[in-house]
Amino acid sequence: MGMGSDMYRQQILDHYKNPRNHGELDEKTYSHAGENPMCGDEIAIDVKLDDDEETIERVAFRGDGCAISQASASMLSQKLPGMSVAEMREMDRDDIIDMLGVDISPMRVKCAVLAEKVVQDGVEIYEGEKNLDKTSTEE
Amino acid sequence: MGLQKSDAFDVERIREDFPILEREVNDGQQVVYLDNGATTQKPNQVIDAMSEYYRTYNANVHRGIHQLSQEASIAYEEAHDTVADFIGADGREEVVFTKNTTEAENLVAYAWGLNELGPGDEVVLTEMEHHASLVTWQQIGRKTGADVKFIPVTDNGYLDMAAARDLVTDDTEMVSAVHVSNTLGTINPAEELADLAHDHDAYVFLDGAQAVPTRPVDVKDLDADFYAFSGHKMVGPTGIGCLYGKKEILEEMEPYLYGGDMIRKVTFEETTWNDLPWKFEAGTPNIAEAIGLAVAVEYLEDIGMSNVQRHEERLAGYALERMAELDDIEVYGPTDARDRGGLVSFNLDGVHAHDLASIMNDHGVAIRAGDHCTQPLHDKLGIAASARASFYIYNTTDEIDALLEAVDDARQLFA
Repeated sequence: MGMGSDMYRQQILDHYKNPRNHGELDEKTYSHAGENPMCGDEIAIDVKLDDDEETIERVAFRGDGCAISQASASMLSQKLPGMSVAEMREMDRDDIIDMLGVDISPMRVKCAVLAEKVVQDGVEIYEGEKNLDKTSTEE
Repeated sequence: MGLQKSDAFDVERIREDFPILEREVNDGQQVVYLDNGATTQKPNQVIDAMSEYYRTYNANVHRGIHQLSQEASIAYEEAHDTVADFIGADGREEVVFTKNTTEAENLVAYAWGLNELGPGDEVVLTEMEHHASLVTWQQIGRKTGADVKFIPVTDNGYLDMAAARDLVTDDTEMVSAVHVSNTLGTINPAEELADLAHDHDAYVFLDGAQAVPTRPVDVKDLDADFYAFSGHKMVGPTGIGCLYGKKEILEEMEPYLYGGDMIRKVTFEETTWNDLPWKFEAGTPNIAEAIGLAVAVEYLEDIGMSNVQRHEERLAGYALERMAELDDIEVYGPTDARDRGGLVSFNLDGVHAHDLASIMNDHGVAIRAGDHCTQPLHDKLGIAASARASFYIYNTTDEIDALLEAVDDARQLFA
């Protein structure tokens, strides 16, 4: 056995192999997709907000890509329900790295933050603040 | 086991010239550098020659009467002769220094393509083209109205030359092809491509970024009209590359960059151009880098390019053989090591190439992962990314074993 990777602790690998909230929501407030062109990571996320559209109720995602991008989406889908939309909009890369609980090497940060960017762009598009087909981490 | 004591090629002796190979990464592991297709390491000889220039005769070239400028000018000019001799060019007139292969592609695309191409003309590329050529000609096609076509890649990773013979027509003005693929490793039939282009009065441009560092290349034997490569992939510094062009073609071509050094006579109304190759080298050039490149060329000539080629073949052959034993590894490109350069692109089932590269990094093994600047080829292969191990003169089979140990570790982690 090699030295194992700090970036690939059990939790990351578990979420990658057994993604939570994987699929589509029957009832959703908005959907959005994004990609990380460098890696070819792709993620699409459905979000259901409560009736006041202030709190996140449910999240589901589909995707394809590296373990970091997919585990990050899976963990985010568990973290977001119950969070306010305002809090979600405030999230940044440090919150994602904290959530993942591992050191992400600089070259892989784009993979880690893809899901977060997709869910944030999604709400901005839904609120009419942004006009965007697809989120890209290359921008 | 290994190649350490192979005939006429002493890897251990070569490794002593490359101080970076002693470097430790990730908590005390000696680096295993297998990313040579991206850039190679530099020997002391090159580093020292560049420092010596800065320490003892730094001056601008072609404009000083003083001794330092004379010395710098001579070294800079002679670097062209050294490179010309190395690739079989007729002389310095045929060797234009550029920043890299990409700039050489752009030089021809702008100086020749933009002026000569129009609607109805065709540029024929290959599906295994590097973005350096693909994106450049795509844009020139848009600006001029010329069509850009692609010679297909077969399932085995070779150019479909039967299709090429249909694609290249009398409307074709340029055939631009990668000599050795940076992704598949395929050595393309450069002479056949040149003949095909010339049969239709088209030029041929060969991208030799992965070829010149790894095997003997003679531009006259290939009958290339243009040939480009980068110094940093052949133990030279970054910031220096080369465009070879046949003298009679370069003479007819408009300059690409205007400014100082590329002119002969300037008035407020008009300007006449300097002689080759200076006509294409506007402004203060990368002098230290040119000097470093010449020393890199001499370093490789001392080893012998045929020896370099054999070493590359042996390493690629060993990697291919070991990988063929593993059912969960898919290798791209020709399976016969003799048909390819010293690089192997592959994927491990169930592990994204970037995850694999990160795990390799934990083992101190440096490889490339991604699309290697060949996105359309990756689309055709039906993959988003691949891992690539690329070998050079200082690599050993032990280092390939280290690569495969990291593969084992990745397999276990992701099982």
